[in-house]
Order: sequence, then C-alpha cells, then structure tokens
Amino acid sequence: MTTTQEITLPTEPFVLNIGPVHPSTHGVYRMRCTMDGEVVRDIEPVFGYLHRGLEKLAEERTWTGTIPLTDRLDYLAAMSNNFAYCLAVEKLAGIKVPERAEYIRVIIAEIQRVAIHFIIVGSFLSDCGAMLTPMVYALRERERILDFFDMVCGQRLTYNYMRIGGVSQDIPAQFLPALEKLVKKLKRFIDEFDVLLKQNEILLARSKGVGILSKEQAINCGISGPVARASGVNWDLRKNDPYSIYERFDFSIPLGETGDCYDRYRVRIEETRQSLRIIEQAMQQIPAGKIIADVPHLIRPPAGDVYAHIESPKGELGFYLVSDNSIAPYRWHVRPPSLINLAALRDMVRGWKVADLIAIFGSIDITMGEVDR
Amino acid sequence: MAIVNYLHSGGLTAPAVAADWPGGYWWHWLFYAVAIIVALLIMVMGAIYIERRGLGRMQSRLGPNRVGPFGLLQPVADAIKILLKENIVPSTADRIVHFMAPIVAFTPVILILAVVPVMNGAALADLNIGILYVVAVSSIGSVGVFMAGWGSGSKFSLLGAMRNVAAVVSYEIPMVLSIIGVVLFTGSLATSQIIARQNIPFILMQPLGFLLFFAAACAEINRSPFDLMEADQEIVAGYMTEYSGMRFAMFYLVEYAEAIAMSAVITTLFLGGWRGPWLPPWLWFLVKTFAVFFFMVWTRTTLPRVRIDQLMAFAWKFLFPLGLINLFITAIQVLVWPDSLPWILIIINFAVMGALILIWSKFFRLGWGRVQV
Amino acid sequence: MFKFERFGLGIVKGMGVTIRHLARHPTVSQYPEQRLNISRRSRGNELVWSRARCTGCATCAKACPQGAIEITTATNAAENKYDVTKYRVDTGYCIQCGLCVEACPYDALFLGYSFERAKYRRADLVQEDDALAESPARPASGYFHPDIAEKLPEQTLLVEKITEKRKRR
Repeated sequence: MTTTQEITLPTEPFVLNIGPVHPSTHGVYRMRCTMDGEVVRDIEPVFGYLHRGLEKLAEERTWTGTIPLTDRLDYLAAMSNNFAYCLAVEKLAGIKVPERAEYIRVIIAEIQRVAIHFIIVGSFLSDCGAMLTPMVYALRERERILDFFDMVCGQRLTYNYMRIGGVSQDIPAQFLPALEKLVKKLKRFIDEFDVLLKQNEILLARSKGVGILSKEQAINCGISGPVARASGVNWDLRKNDPYSIYERFDFSIPLGETGDCYDRYRVRIEETRQSLRIIEQAMQQIPAGKIIADVPHLIRPPAGDVYAHIESPKGELGFYLVSDNSIAPYRWHVRPPSLINLAALRDMVRGWKVADLIAIFGSIDITMGEVDR
Repeated sequence: MAIVNYLHSGGLTAPAVAADWPGGYWWHWLFYAVAIIVALLIMVMGAIYIERRGLGRMQSRLGPNRVGPFGLLQPVADAIKILLKENIVPSTADRIVHFMAPIVAFTPVILILAVVPVMNGAALADLNIGILYVVAVSSIGSVGVFMAGWGSGSKFSLLGAMRNVAAVVSYEIPMVLSIIGVVLFTGSLATSQIIARQNIPFILMQPLGFLLFFAAACAEINRSPFDLMEADQEIVAGYMTEYSGMRFAMFYLVEYAEAIAMSAVITTLFLGGWRGPWLPPWLWFLVKTFAVFFFMVWTRTTLPRVRIDQLMAFAWKFLFPLGLINLFITAIQVLVWPDSLPWILIIINFAVMGALILIWSKFFRLGWGRVQV
Repeated sequence: MFKFERFGLGIVKGMGVTIRHLARHPTVSQYPEQRLNISRRSRGNELVWSRARCTGCATCAKACPQGAIEITTATNAAENKYDVTKYRVDTGYCIQCGLCVEACPYDALFLGYSFERAKYRRADLVQEDDALAESPARPASGYFHPDIAEKLPEQTLLVEKITEKRKRR
C-alpha cells in the first residue's frame, strides 16, 4: 500500500490457514496467518501434528534401546541425534570412547551435515520457485552420501549406528577410498550448484533483504545454528564448547552479515565446504583400534542428571537425561533446535508477503520430527 | 527509410488472398479452421511431452518413459485420466460464469493461430492488421481467467485471478512496444509481410525487442519465472483451484496452447517464420516454434519465481522504459541509416542492447529488501 | 572494475548449467528392470532365525525396543536345555533397528537382506518358527556378521557408478 493515499478503501484482515499439509512442506506445520491482502500481519503457529510421545516412550526402553528413537527426532540428520544422545550418556556414566570410534563419529557426523544441508538448501531454493531443479540436483548428491551410510550400518534414514561408548560396527574396507572420491565429487558439485543459482538475479530479488533477523533478536530468542550465524552471531559449539575431538581439526565458521534468507543459504553452502575439509583431515588422521568401549550391553548409568549438546546441522541439539541407576531412563528430554528457532519466525515474517513467508520458513530449516517429538 | 528499402528489395511478396482455393472462400475457411484446431491440439501434446522430458533431462533424470515408446503416449494418458475425472462445482460458485470461463479462456488461443502463416500464403486469414489482431485477441484470455477466479466463489481464486489480470495488462505494453519496433522495419502489420521482409531475421536486427517480447510473452502465459499465478500460490493453483475434470483440462490446455501460440508468434516476428534454406517451409515453422518453446522450458527449469510486486515493477520500471527507448532508437535507424550496411547495424543494435541493460540494471534492482519494490 | 554479475549474467550462467545436464546421462536406474546392489549390511524388513543354534535365552526379546519378538520355551530335562516351542516375530512392529541381532550371543538371528517383503494382509506380517528359516529366497544380511557380509555381492556405490546403462527390454 502506498503511504500517500488520500482515498483509503476500507479493508479488513482475513485469516488464512497455511495448513498442516502444504506443498512447500517441511513437515506437518500449520500457520494461521492474519493477512491484509497480500501482506502478512501476524502468524500463529500450531504444531503438534507429529507428536509421537518419544520422550515418554523413552522411559520404557533401555538406554541402548532409545537410540532408534533418537533417529526419529530429526529424521533427516539421524546420525547427529545419535551422536548427541551417546555423548550425553557417556558424560553421565563417565565412559571414554576409543580414538577410532571418535574419528568415525566425526566423519559420519560431518557427512551427515553435508547431506542434510543439501536437502535444506534444495528445498529452500525450490520454495523460491525454481521448479524443483535445485532439489533434484541436491538429492542426487545426497544419494551418493546415503550409500555410505548404507554401507556402514545398513539403513539410509534411521541409522541406529552409534552406541554408548562408540559405534556399533567398524567401517568396511572400501569406505575410506570411496569417501575420498566422494569428497572430490562433492566439491565439484557444490561449485556447480553455486553457478546455478548463487548470482541469479531473481533469487537475489526474492531472498536478499527478506526476513531479516538481527543479531540482537537472534541472541534474545536463543537461536542457534546456521540461522544465528547468518545473523552475525559467532557461536558454533564445535569451536566454543568443543565436544568429541573437534579441537584437532582446522576449519572456519562462516558468518553472515545481515541475517536475511540469502545469508542463511550462503552460510549453509559454506558450512558444507568446511565439513568437507574436516572430513579430509579426519580421513588422514584416523587410527586403528577398537570401535566401542567396554560397556555392558544393558548399561546402568549412575544416578544423576546430565545435559550434553552438540552442533547439529540445525543448531544446538541438547539432551537432558536423568538417571536413577536403572536400565531405563528416568527422564529423557530433548532440546530441539527447530522448535527454539521457530520462535523467531513471527518477528521475521511480519510485514512480508505470502511468497516471502514461504521462503523465510524454508530458510529457517525446520524438521517437525524435532519440533513435535 | 533506406534500410527499409534494403530489407524490402529482393524479398518476397506474399499473395494477398487465397484466390485460387478450390471451392472458394468457405471451404478455405473450413479447412483451415479444422486444420488449426487439430494441429494446435497435436502440437500441445508434443509440447507437453517436450516439457516433461526436457525438464526431466535437464534435472538429470528421465521424464516419463513408460507409456508408449519413449513415453510418447504420456499426454494421451494424461488426457484420458482427466476426462475420466468427476466434475465438481463448488456450491458457492456462479454456475454460468464457472462454466463459460474455460471456453472464454481457450478460444482466443486458437484464434491467434489464424494469422500465423505456416507456408507462403498459408494462413487462415491474411489480415493486413495481423499483429494488431494477435495483440487484441490475446488480451481476451485474461477475461476468461478472471471469470474463472470469480466464478469459483473462493477468495483465493479471486486473488489469483486478480493477480493474473494485473500481470497480463501490465505486460501488454512492453509486448506492443517491441512489436512496433518490428513493424517499423517492416512497414506493415500483416504477418505475411513481416515474414516476407525478413531477409535478415529480426532477432538480429532487434535483439532488445526480442528479449522484451520474450519476457512479456512469458508473463502473459504464466510461465516461469512469472508463474506465481498458478504454482504454489497460497497453497494451490490460483484461479484453477476449483476446477476438475475436463474443465481443468481446458485450463491446462490453455497454458500449453498459449505457449505454442506465443512461440509461433515469436517465430513469425523475429525468426523469419517459415523461411529457410533446405527443409520444406512447414517443417521450418515447426522447428522454429518448438525451438522457442524449448527455450521457454529451459528458462522454466532454471529460474526461480518472482513475487507479485516484483512482477509489476519489472514490467513498469524495467521493460516499459526499455521498450520506449528501443522504439526511439529503431525509429531513428529506420529514418537515417544508409541501406548498404545492415551488418554494422546489427552490431550496433547488440551493443546498444548490452549498454541499455547494464545501465538500467544499475538504476533498478528488484527486491533487495524493499518491501514494496 | 565493472562487475558484470547481477546484470543478467547470473541468469545466463545458471541456464548454462542446466543445459549441460542435457548432455549427461541421467542418474536413474530403471527399477525393476535394473537394480543396484544394496548394501551388504542392509537391514531388510524381515528376520532370519536359525532353529539349530537358538537356545531360547530370549536376549533378543529383551533387547528389542519394540517388544516384537515373542519366545515360548519348554524345558527339556533329558538333554538339559530349553526347547523353543514358539518363536514369533511381528515384523509390523519391528523397526529394523538390529539390536536383537547384536544381542544374540549364539549368532542365531540375522536380519533379512531383502527390502521387497510387503504383504497384502497385516496378519501375514507376523511370522513364526520355520517361516523364519534361512533359505535362498530369504537370505540373511551381513549386518553385524562380517562373515556373511563377505559372501554377499558388493554394493553398488553411486559415487563410482552413476547409473546402469539402459538395457533393451
């Protein structure tokens, strides 16, 4: 609406329901948008459509038996969830993970980061309207990565690979040579993917300056992950609170400047490049040895509580576990990055149009499995 | 006027009317009417096939390839599927308008092909105001779209239809301006004359005009990157939402038929119509039409979508001034350029186009954070 | 001096990337005529049970997070062992996590190798006793058993081989 308008037409806002099932979907998430014509005035998020009661279910399974449940949290990046949970229990029980297992975990977690960033960037670019072409290219590369997970643990989505004290099986002999080829191919692919859409004027028009999240807002809302780093918050748990063996690797943290959708997209692409660097270094340093510590199958951590967090591809994924020295957790709670990041959606979206709403929502990167648990 | 004389000399002169058609005027009309309708529908099927296979191959996958050899019968399968679907009319719909809308949308598309000559003198009606007729008739289609939006009785359809009307009306102007550039070189509005004067195809003489016309044509027919009227908009398909069965098939046909019709008009205006060295003229016509259509498919695969206000701004602030400048420069060239140096004119035109786009892009940027562009 | 990007050049370069894909072989494999070899450790959706080696200790049933395994044993005082009278798996409940295979101390339980085990009736998902035996139609997967994994065909890695060349049908 122009600001200098003498004749004002009477308008009234209407409520549009961008429902749980929508084409540019990131899971079952419902937004009730109050709109004034084309412009979004307010949104009210409604979620819980994917609630499966994982936290309650976990109380009835053994400590090892909840690892398949962690797979189903952020189902696109299941290895990170496994990693976070195993770190938490190891911290609680004071278990030391063997070196080879640490290296395998880091390699797997970084490959997982690359794989999930491909999906997220692909779906964000498709939300901007690029007719699914970036999505198809990204998924094609992700297929190559999923083969590696298949090779290691037998599944492509819900891995159940990491165990308390290490990993469940050793990597097969053809893993590392094939991984070298993969890293080379992925580097070339990311460069080509950049040429496809990085400087595309229409994409710049759709995403630059759109949905700006300022640094103060990001810190106040507790945002973490690529969303926060795109706003300029220099916080990455791999550097600021290192876990596992991340201190041994040399990588940089890409930061954005303005915190708009375009910055989030660029931060994710640069993070994949840094992940490939970490993988290369880990491949050279990996020692031989055991892959799991000597822990009993039916583990009973000592009574107490623990909070452990990792830098998952979406942000800070934390597990809060309370144990009462039995074979099942007493309390099993997840700090989901997607849910906390959703808190900023409202501020980012007010005043923009519906098409921007979809683009902004796609750029925050939500997986409803995490939000609803 | 000297350059125009050059173009006219040695060119063909087209016969004024089909005087020797056996059976006289009405048989001529009947034959061509039936031939155009059949040819259009078959070309639409070919267009659907090319689009899906082309989109697939450019996305590193195959298109449909199961139905018939190489998937050639896929459009037939689509047509049969749509014919067998139930026709649901919403209860709040205005039944007469809802019924008439696909007809009003589809008819102008066939009418456009009446003045496009396939061979020397082979058009339904060789009007001496051919291009003006094309422009006028193509505007009627938007009335059909608006009837669809209103007659559906749903506010989202109405919004989609209003967007469409706004876009079509806005993009008429750059379209007409680029046509006038061509007409200035030709000296006549008749399509057969335009083809006859193209010793050098006008895409070389008028590169900026071609780009303007192509962008305007894509916007008129709702193709990517301007397809926000039909894809993903506020969940579903805009004005086509409440249609199912054969009526939806009509709108679907309208999309592809308009694409083919606009491609045919582009070949007539800019690529020299049926003229060409070895192949028979109708084959040249088909090749050129489908080449232009392939270019449309190619842009659809690559480019993201623009937002509605960016769409309008692009028309009014970018294409329209460039169209005017193009018109002035063309007029000056037609008046003063000596007739012996057409190739230098081509180079100058390309340089002018490059300079204009660079300078104008510097002044005008789509989006970049401005809420209302 | 004068950056030519963002003046339309970004669009042109992007279109160049797309058109180059026309010349490449598409990354598809036409299932079911062409199949890629799945992983040797693939966790297929069925279980393979060896009656000979099973002692009825029910460690697998205790390890299963879903409680999909049901074992009934009877004592055999003469031979001083358990006889397994019923070993029933509800593969509808099973989430193919493989914890049961890892738990079995006698290598009597394996995951299946196939992923095409859909059934028409839900009741068919519950499998018992000798229906779970290993056979050429029900091969065991190499999950957690490297000796079985070595005998299975090598996995087709997409990083090495983009696709199968199309075979004439």
